[in-house]
Amino acid sequence: METPTPAIWERAGSSRIPARVYTDPDIYQRELERIFYGRHWSYVGLEAELPAAGDFKRTAIGERSVILIRNREGQLNVLENRCAHRGMQFCQERSGRLRTLVCPYHQWSYDHDGNLIGVPFQKGVRGQGGMPVEFSREEHGLRKLQVATRHGVVFASFDPDVEPFESYVGPKVLRYFDRTFDGRKLVLHGYSRQRIPGNWKLMMENIKDPYHPGLLHTWFVNFGLWRADNKSELVMDARGRHACMISRRSETIDPEVTQGVSSFRASMKLNDASLLDIVHEPWWGAPTVCMTTIFPSVIFQQQVNSLSTRQIMPLGPGQFDFVWTHFGFEDDSPEMQARRMRQANLFGPAGYVSADDGEVIELSQHGVTQDREFASLCELGGTAVADTDHMVTETLIRGMYHYWREVMGL
Amino acid sequence: MTIGLKLWMELHQLYAEYAACLDEGRMSDWPGLFTEDCHYRLVPRENHDRGLPLATMDLRGRGMLEDRVYGVTSTLFHAPYYQRHVIGPIRLLEPDGDTIRAEASYVVIRTRRDQMSEVFNTGRYVDRVIETSDGLKFSAKICVFDSEIIPNSIIYPI
Repeated sequence: METPTPAIWERAGSSRIPARVYTDPDIYQRELERIFYGRHWSYVGLEAELPAAGDFKRTAIGERSVILIRNREGQLNVLENRCAHRGMQFCQERSGRLRTLVCPYHQWSYDHDGNLIGVPFQKGVRGQGGMPVEFSREEHGLRKLQVATRHGVVFASFDPDVEPFESYVGPKVLRYFDRTFDGRKLVLHGYSRQRIPGNWKLMMENIKDPYHPGLLHTWFVNFGLWRADNKSELVMDARGRHACMISRRSETIDPEVTQGVSSFRASMKLNDASLLDIVHEPWWGAPTVCMTTIFPSVIFQQQVNSLSTRQIMPLGPGQFDFVWTHFGFEDDSPEMQARRMRQANLFGPAGYVSADDGEVIELSQHGVTQDREFASLCELGGTAVADTDHMVTETLIRGMYHYWREVMGL
Repeated sequence: MTIGLKLWMELHQLYAEYAACLDEGRMSDWPGLFTEDCHYRLVPRENHDRGLPLATMDLRGRGMLEDRVYGVTSTLFHAPYYQRHVIGPIRLLEPDGDTIRAEASYVVIRTRRDQMSEVFNTGRYVDRVIETSDGLKFSAKICVFDSEIIPNSIIYPI
């Protein structure tokens, strides 16, 4: 039985978000149960991280530690990192290659599919002790999650009744997912990890908010990478939970979008322009940027030549871990790989257009914590939830909370 | 591995200047401690050890360092903080021709306004230093950090 939560969201619609949505421990617990451990797909990694049999990666869904591992047939499994015996979280390395998974406490061992294959002293010692005769190893494997893989990207779900991944994402957003992940082999470039002291949804909001980049991020404004005069499109799945912000970089500036914008620096010139040595890749088509949010756990970034997945792992209502996995394609030239790495200076925990996102999320969390009667205002472009062909709107945030209210029953 | 006493003293002075420049917030002096074609790299230890190319900051040439200074001082919004670098003993490695190769452990403590001081970033510098007409300069400084989970963001160079 779930504890009943007091009515915290009395107003209709999703354009005024009550402060307690970001701070209340009971609401957070319900989010873990209904969203992260419920009927949703969570991102766990890229196939490129596990090229060979026995390769594994430890990650998390919500606060639950899981192991993504490739078996000898080449299939990927996601197993909960908790021994079936006494509950020990036995895997501590982040990645590696294993023949079997062994819990060091009593050496119970599991194969790559999570089947329990060894129990020391199961039959006792010299006829004494041991497990009861009816003990069945088949019933005591590691918890095995549902797994969906699409074009090299791996998702998992704790709920066996979760809908197929493709219908979960929906055709409109899947189209942009497939734009980046079109089946070409991916190459792992590395990780950045940050712990951001804010509610996990603030990060989803950040990438559903096309209003801020052209204001907070000087580099985006000045170099036209994201600006209110860019030709843009915002699309959502039918339920409003996933979204894409798609835009096209402009070389000219409409004075209306820089007038009074304090982050715009007309005189800003780079000493070394190679940081923005952008080369158009044929698979982009017209857009130069596509930021995709797949609820609840991942953001896919294509901003010019820089590509990453950004995974959200909540740690209580007031903080989350944010893991960036940068990647390229197998057919990239060495020059393209070097370019992707140069442009990575824009992103990540120290990035010119990302470091300050973490900062504003931290300070937003302070603000909603200090005043529990406050409601965050998301009414740019009105109060409705609908796709648009411009970026002067907060419709995607409203879309997410429309869905959130439905799934949370709040 | 040894070098002359005078050079050894100058090398220590370079490291002390480096720490003082960042700790005093004299950002515009920071690029001047490097050669024109330098390499500055701040990289999590896991990427470094696994040979993965991604870094947290990867700046090649003094121009990119100057752009970072501009980015930090004029464009990046952040809660203000002090940095305090504590650099351990300099360990000399086999030189590469005229280039001194050296390593040193470091701890950077962050102190935000109205907050306690906290260990912010710790790791080791993997450096290359050359003598120029303008004194010793870093031709490469690779900061390999153990603190792989970054406490929100890194604004200033380490």
